[in-house]
Amino acid sequence: MDWESLRGKLSYQGLLLGGTALVTSAALALASRATTPAIEAAAALDLKQSLAQVLPGQYDNDLLQDTVELPGPGGETVKVYRARHGHQVDAVVFQVSGRGYAGPIVCMMGVDRDGRVLGVRVLKHTETPGLGDKIEPAKADWIHSFEHKFLGDPPPEKFAVKKDGGVFDQFAGATITPRAVVKAVKGGLEFFAHEKATLLDAAPSQLAGEGKTQGSPTP
Amino acid sequence: MTDYARITKDGLWDNNVVFAQMLALCPTLAVTGTATNGLGMGLATTAVLVASNMLISSLRRFISAEVRIPVYIVFIATLVTLVDMGLNAWVHELYKVLGLFIALIVVNCAILGRAESFAAKNPVGASAVDGLMMGLGFTAALVAIGGVREILGSGTLFANAHLLLGPVFAFLELKLIPEYRGFLLMILPPGGFMAVGFLLAGKRALDSRRAARAEAGAAPEPATA
Repeated sequence: MDWESLRGKLSYQGLLLGGTALVTSAALALASRATTPAIEAAAALDLKQSLAQVLPGQYDNDLLQDTVELPGPGGETVKVYRARHGHQVDAVVFQVSGRGYAGPIVCMMGVDRDGRVLGVRVLKHTETPGLGDKIEPAKADWIHSFEHKFLGDPPPEKFAVKKDGGVFDQFAGATITPRAVVKAVKGGLEFFAHEKATLLDAAPSQLAGEGKTQGSPTP
Repeated sequence: MTDYARITKDGLWDNNVVFAQMLALCPTLAVTGTATNGLGMGLATTAVLVASNMLISSLRRFISAEVRIPVYIVFIATLVTLVDMGLNAWVHELYKVLGLFIALIVVNCAILGRAESFAAKNPVGASAVDGLMMGLGFTAALVAIGGVREILGSGTLFANAHLLLGPVFAFLELKLIPEYRGFLLMILPPGGFMAVGFLLAGKRALDSRRAARAEAGAAPEPATA
């Protein structure tokens, strides 16, 4: 075929663009189908690992099955994973998020039944490499500075980065990122204090259910 | 122009993406806070560059001059997205390290630049070599800039390299200046501009000295103009 003359035609341009869009979107759709299960499996594994990191020690139940969903401070639904010894809820884990420099920062935090932070880990962020990414435990120890803290030590008004008169370090060149994480953790502790009764309610959620078991009788 | 030695020399030095074409400065300045980040970005870009050069070169007969730019952009964006999804699904550990950089590759105008100025006019093999060499030249430039900024800014070199390359490469991680308090400016964006500027000046000085020497030595072969 004589591509040279064909390429000059007006209708060829439209067909070429349309064909390109068709081929590329088909490739993306296929790749998305092929990769989604693996990506979800990897995300679930990540979730399990980060649950283990913010919850030191052994627990009797499977956290991924024992969950409660509650309305969070911003009106969103917060999924809380509960860790038990016997029937008593010893600790809870939930996600909090803050607005970082370049987008949301999603953290996982573990809180024991007295309201102390067991651990915090950042699950997802898009902060500047080399500056804001010191919130990752692999890059710096900063994220460990929350451990054993509760609202009272430091007092709520000191629960902030040093620049704002608080007790937590900020990073050289990046204040917005740690400020967002500190604020998110503080919000998480306030959420825990507010919902303590529900969270520590001993009734285990239905195994297969979505965990909305407040007030519903367990068989 | 299908002389591989010429392509190699062009990509690595004479026509280096950062130091000669002055392209891709946005991702360059953004990620070169450390040498390791520069290396990660460089390698990911190299992979995409080789793939996009080969793809566009093999389709060059069908792509008309009138709509070539949107076609290139759609192909490059698709490739980057495929790499992003593939790494996330199958090499999740590596994705956690490189994931940050991959989305930035779409806006790397060097890739579009090579598609337009090389792959569209040359056969697949030469385009692949061009992509590889341009990519390696880009990687070398990023590692150099990142290295300078990291040494001056935090006194280390290749910090956290084991996260990118695996624990075997932990030996690369050097703490050059013990008890160093850090020089923040070099890690911030202005430090990036300064490092690029000084390295660029150094390369120019080297090139002009070589050209002068070649001329003085009765020039057995014509030096670069």
